[in-house]
Amino acid sequence: MASRPGAAGRPGGRFAQFKLVLLGESAVGKSSLVLRFVKDQFDDYRESTIGAAFLTQTISLDENTTVKFEIWDTAGQERYKSLAPMYYRNANCAVVVYDITQASSLDKAKSWVKELQRQANENIIIALAGNKSDMVADSPDKRAIETADAEAYAREAGLLFFETSAKTSTNVKELFTAIARKLPLDQAGPRMRQNLRPGVDLRPETSNTQGAGPCSC
Amino acid sequence: MPRLANDGDDHNTQAHSSPSTPQSPETTIERSKLEVPRPPLPPRPTNLSTLRSRPSTSYQEHGSKDGLLSGTTTAVTTTDVNTYTTNDGSRKLHTSIGSRSPSSSTLKRGVIGSPRLSDTGDSSSLRSYVPQLETREEVSSLFGDHITEEDDEGNSRPSQDVFSSQFEADAIDIDFDKEFDSIPEVDEDGNNEELAHSLWRSKSKHFMILSAAGKPIYTRHGSDAVISGYIGIIQTIISFYQSSGTSLRSFSSAGARFVILSQANLFLVAISRILESDSQLRLQLEALYMQILSTLTLPNLTHIFSVRPSSDLRRPLQGTEVLLSSLADSFTRGSPSTLLSALESLKLRKSHRDIINNTLLKSRVDELLYGLIVAGGRLVSVVRPKKHSLHPGDLQLIFNMLFEAEGVKAGGGESWIPLCLPGFNPKGYLYMFVSFLSLKNNNIRQAAAEEEIPKEDAVAIILISANKESFESMRSVKNYLVHELGRSRSLATIQNAIQAGRPLPTDIIPGTVLRHFLFKSKANVQFFMPSFTSYETPRLRRRLLSVYHELHASVHTKHASVKVHHSVSASHAALAWVTPMFELYCVAGPSTGRNALAHSANKVVQWVQKEEERIFLIGGAVF
Repeated sequence: MASRPGAAGRPGGRFAQFKLVLLGESAVGKSSLVLRFVKDQFDDYRESTIGAAFLTQTISLDENTTVKFEIWDTAGQERYKSLAPMYYRNANCAVVVYDITQASSLDKAKSWVKELQRQANENIIIALAGNKSDMVADSPDKRAIETADAEAYAREAGLLFFETSAKTSTNVKELFTAIARKLPLDQAGPRMRQNLRPGVDLRPETSNTQGAGPCSC
Repeated sequence: MPRLANDGDDHNTQAHSSPSTPQSPETTIERSKLEVPRPPLPPRPTNLSTLRSRPSTSYQEHGSKDGLLSGTTTAVTTTDVNTYTTNDGSRKLHTSIGSRSPSSSTLKRGVIGSPRLSDTGDSSSLRSYVPQLETREEVSSLFGDHITEEDDEGNSRPSQDVFSSQFEADAIDIDFDKEFDSIPEVDEDGNNEELAHSLWRSKSKHFMILSAAGKPIYTRHGSDAVISGYIGIIQTIISFYQSSGTSLRSFSSAGARFVILSQANLFLVAISRILESDSQLRLQLEALYMQILSTLTLPNLTHIFSVRPSSDLRRPLQGTEVLLSSLADSFTRGSPSTLLSALESLKLRKSHRDIINNTLLKSRVDELLYGLIVAGGRLVSVVRPKKHSLHPGDLQLIFNMLFEAEGVKAGGGESWIPLCLPGFNPKGYLYMFVSFLSLKNNNIRQAAAEEEIPKEDAVAIILISANKESFESMRSVKNYLVHELGRSRSLATIQNAIQAGRPLPTDIIPGTVLRHFLFKSKANVQFFMPSFTSYETPRLRRRLLSVYHELHASVHTKHASVKVHHSVSASHAALAWVTPMFELYCVAGPSTGRNALAHSANKVVQWVQKEEERIFLIGGAVF
């Protein structure tokens, strides 16, 4: 976690940068949550994420505190599972998403939580998000997972918990803000990724081809 | 000079292409045990299609022009009445409209730089190659009543032609308002089953993929409830032939052409009512197969079925359907890139492209395998290692994913995508970094979320690595590129080139009769085309593409010594011209005389020669 006091440009302000990873079964709404959080948009017919998408969003917790999230939005398909450690390995926080209208998606979420608690950064902050709350607003019979059940599980496992709707924005900002508040803003901990340089890096990693001159065409 | 891989290597193509079946025009069948074992191949132009008889009126005319070391074979088909059999076995009847003096069939050549290859090299090698590779046996046709014993010279028998009423491309119209509409799910009591089936049958084109065990894997149209019956029939038909040791490749029924590609435990089926040749449809099926390999890799695909032949492949492929469908729809709309197995480049000055190439070279890090800058599906620049070329089929998959399908572009961020590029290596994954740039108002930055980037304007930096952990280093390459290209004003140059659009045919040749043309440079595996301005609606564009498909099929028949093909219909006059160096397909208004067409064709070739280094990406940045 890169806590860099003062970097926000405000004297005395705090700026911190954290890595966040979203995990969960496919089609539960991970990308939609990110799209709502980062761009305040929603798309009814969103195609599945291919691979993983990397986005950033900065939020202000208060006048003096700015938190920048570097977000890995992963694809939920089974075939990408083996790549997941690459994304959560250095994550400071994770959002594990399930769909409150799909019972099986909570099971999948639980297995992600287990994997994170076993394999990820020891101090990782995990939030459980039950998405698509808009769908049960009108027809409660669509709900497959009771709020109380999920909440009980979250408490037991030590997770933050929200029922969200990317479609209506319900609890989306709240979810990410709650995570930011739980992150250790004051500790200027060691940077998790040394090669994570913000801004523009003008140096090529290697220079063995420099000066190759005009191409041969 | 290094260039993009020429997947259209004639010899390879021959080795895998299907020979003709002299006995059965309606059903092309081959002995599977005689099949050459084939590795998964990227789509490649099947230069040999199975035309059995050339147009009866065709003849060769050797160049008489002095000073030509060698010329292309100029066999002009007189199209007054011209019947021939295409590779799909169906009879085509040309009836030309408009008058033409018989002597006008000589296409004047000589203005064009003469191709340096022997004029016989191409076609004679084709002929000497194929027949030995596979032995044909007579097999009964699936549809007995379609079978006729025919002599080899193919007497005209237009009544046999299921396509005869559709010969002219104009007659084939797809209702694009409805073609891509989804078919409603059949509800529980089956009330709308009838409707769903009739909607399904109303589609002009279908693509279906099933496992060898008969499990549905993908269909472009219809839900499982609708297609399960059809899948069952298809599987029965295919396995009927398999049980007798043969494999069914294609057949016609009820005005539709069925083409079957069997690959690694999969059957891919195309059903088309649009006039397309078997080899063109096969190329489309191969592209779909490549997409499946790109998702799974060949060893994974093989493994899944070796563990359990009845595996349901839809689960491992989850999320790939949209990519298959956008490929399928681009084929239905008509894709010059697929037809020609070539890529299009953004027209840029050579000096501008050199700057971009050099910037790419300088940005390179060890982990970078390929780097591409692509504007709306058109290549701007490529950096690649000397020993690895890029395969058009692989790039087609990438461009489809990035520019046709929405998933990646809509994400708005940067993507890190594991994918297999079957042309490069069907056995393993590579990792692709993708970042879309927004070039609006010369204000270069990463595309902001709320921006809808029109397909043609989307500029992507694509960086491919074999190392899955190299996202950060690819990202710093991108940052370097964006900074340097901005500094050298190259991004502005790219933006201007995009905004300028493709030129009109009349911009290229003032006053030309041509409405559109496709020029493929065989050596560069790239093509150039002017804007579609005269063909703005999807329907008009499809008609144009159908004309191109037809021209392409006529000059890519197995025994084609036809190097120039002229055809006239009620709506157009068209010319195809094939040399060892290039393929040119031009379309003009129906009353255009042959001489005017030939004159314009020559002008196009001259223009391309002059502009070659601008319209094609030649060489690229090689390390």
